Amino acid sequence: MVRIRIFEARVSAVAEAKLVDGYLHTYAGQEAVACGIIPLLREDDWFTSTYRNHGHAIARDIPLDAIAGEIYGKATGVCGGKGGSMHVADQTRGMIGGMGIVAGGLPIATGAALASRYLGRDSVAVAFFGDGAVHQGAWHEALDFAGLFQCPVIFVCENNLYAETTAVDYHLLAGSVAAMTAPYGIPSVQVDGMDVFSVREAGEEAIARARGGEGPSLIEAMTYRYGGQYEGDTQTYKPPKEVAWWRDRDPLLRFRASVAGRVDSTVLDTIERTVAEEVAAAFDAAERAPWPDLTQVTADVYTPTA
Amino acid sequence: MTRRLNIKDAINEALRQEMAADDRVILMGEDIAGGAGRDDTYPEAADAWGGPFGVTKGLLPRFGRNRVMDTAIAETGFVGAAIGAAIAGLRPVVEIMYVDFIGTSFDQLLNHAAKLRYVYGGKVSVPLVVRTVAGAGFRAAAEHSQTLYSLYTHVPGLKVVAPSTAADAKGLLIAAIRDPDPVIFIEHKRLYMYDEPVPEEPYTIPFGVARIVRSGSDVTIVGVQKMVHTALDAAKVLASEGIEAEVIDPRTYSPLDEQTILSSVEKTGRLVVVDESHPRCSLATDIAALVAESAFDALRGPIRMVTGAHAPVPFSPPLEDAYVPDAARVVAAVRSGLETTGS
Ligand SMILES: Cc1ncc(C[n+]2csc(CCOP(=O)(O)OP(=O)(O)O)c2C)c(N)n1
Repeated sequence: MVRIRIFEARVSAVAEAKLVDGYLHTYAGQEAVACGIIPLLREDDWFTSTYRNHGHAIARDIPLDAIAGEIYGKATGVCGGKGGSMHVADQTRGMIGGMGIVAGGLPIATGAALASRYLGRDSVAVAFFGDGAVHQGAWHEALDFAGLFQCPVIFVCENNLYAETTAVDYHLLAGSVAAMTAPYGIPSVQVDGMDVFSVREAGEEAIARARGGEGPSLIEAMTYRYGGQYEGDTQTYKPPKEVAWWRDRDPLLRFRASVAGRVDSTVLDTIERTVAEEVAAAFDAAERAPWPDLTQVTADVYTPTA
Repeated sequence: MTRRLNIKDAINEALRQEMAADDRVILMGEDIAGGAGRDDTYPEAADAWGGPFGVTKGLLPRFGRNRVMDTAIAETGFVGAAIGAAIAGLRPVVEIMYVDFIGTSFDQLLNHAAKLRYVYGGKVSVPLVVRTVAGAGFRAAAEHSQTLYSLYTHVPGLKVVAPSTAADAKGLLIAAIRDPDPVIFIEHKRLYMYDEPVPEEPYTIPFGVARIVRSGSDVTIVGVQKMVHTALDAAKVLASEGIEAEVIDPRTYSPLDEQTILSSVEKTGRLVVVDESHPRCSLATDIAALVAESAFDALRGPIRMVTGAHAPVPFSPPLEDAYVPDAARVVAAVRSGLETTGS
């Protein structure tokens, strides 16, 4: 969580300083969701993400250099700089990738889960998405497919109360995302997404169910994005009282409070310092890294065949 | 002195004037009110986003939630609803935030909006406008940078408009709103801040009438939307070498003003088409084929196309810059056409 928080603070800083271009969607505030779920995954599990993917990539231990390099569009980026911030991916670690089309990842994660069942494996797939995604046909069709074919997929909604500027109390007619799975026969649970332990517990249960052949489920984690829809968004649509309420429930502070007495706070301080150095080194490396060769414009469109 | 407006504000003004003049005109789209209307809880939120580029800013406070509808992220749903509303007497203007999201609403447009008039034997009209945003060069990566003009142009029944200037944007959008058929109105994200004198009163520019942006006698350069400006930059360079380029902005791609393009090529004997989209099955190939078929005898050299690559738009800034055609590539294409010119 600390690594994500510090990394994203640096993303905001380099965006503000105009050191990087493009749309940057930060994850600060939502750390407990990625960190509650992703460490539970095995090496042979899969997951899909969205344009708000840095946190998922970091939780999956993708090297910070490779993520920062991608954000800069450098040759050292995890996708050689061609995808950029919205498309961080590392299939060798099960991260199918960040996707820019809302709800685009749900059917794909469902398919990865289908493959696992078909191949007789007990690996699972997770689809991360926001509260705004539930209106897409792709969302409903993925749940329908997963329910029909009992795919071992876990749908994880990061309900951060906003779809861009549109508040969830305006757009979510069902009141909760968890309430929307019943027609598909998919069990669901709503959890405190600012508490990493609650998320983890729900994740363990859902993953065990999927691995055990009991099919799909959905977790709705109630959380909050501290940043805008993207860096540079002035966020005039957020009431200040609401921001303060969520800041009081900050997942990092909550973690510190819940381990107080069991973990020496100087240990946590040391972790923060080490991580800050690690993040600084990753951004420095990205800053210095070479640009991709121009021949890359047309490379990788198709798979080379013999 | 005439007042200047940028394209973003020209579009906003066109919407405002048409909404004021005709209460059948309604707007729908994601974040087009951008949090405005939550004023009871937080007054500052009245300063709406107006979509990611601020194009619809200020319209909600003026016309209210009944006419400026912030939708959920459900393009099939609201584009389809707009088709039904259009048939039933409204004049919906819907926004698909980026043209890249074409897939999420395309069935409604391709199979319904475009065909209903035809399959019902001319008994129904669908007066719908879909505003959307195209364009590379914004560091917005592969899923937010495409210029998919040709996918819409390919479909009979849809009209396709892509303005390159502020005055055109206003006149063409008002024409689109008053048009009885479905119109796909494509804005270019890198042109929003382009400004020029724009008349204050409402006016229309007819579809199917190209604009000769610069006249010349040596080569015809047809630019697609932002590439009109690239073509003009190239024309300046060429003029310094004594080559006079005629630059044409078709403005609407369906219907296409074939005659203006053909007459120009008959005069100059040469054609270069500049389109930032992928080369295959593009507006560039379409216009090149038109000229090859109907003005072949006038050609004094090969037709050249300057386009993006047959590849998704890369994020990395130097790669994206290499991807998007620039004036130097247009100049080179003109020169190479001249070198291989016959008598
Ligand atoms: C199909 C589609 N429509 C619209 C968009 C534009 N868009 C990008 S993010 C977003 C809001 C998504 O909100 P949510 O799902 O709640 O995710 P969050 O960003 O809050 O994590 C929208 C409308 C898109 N990327 N894809």
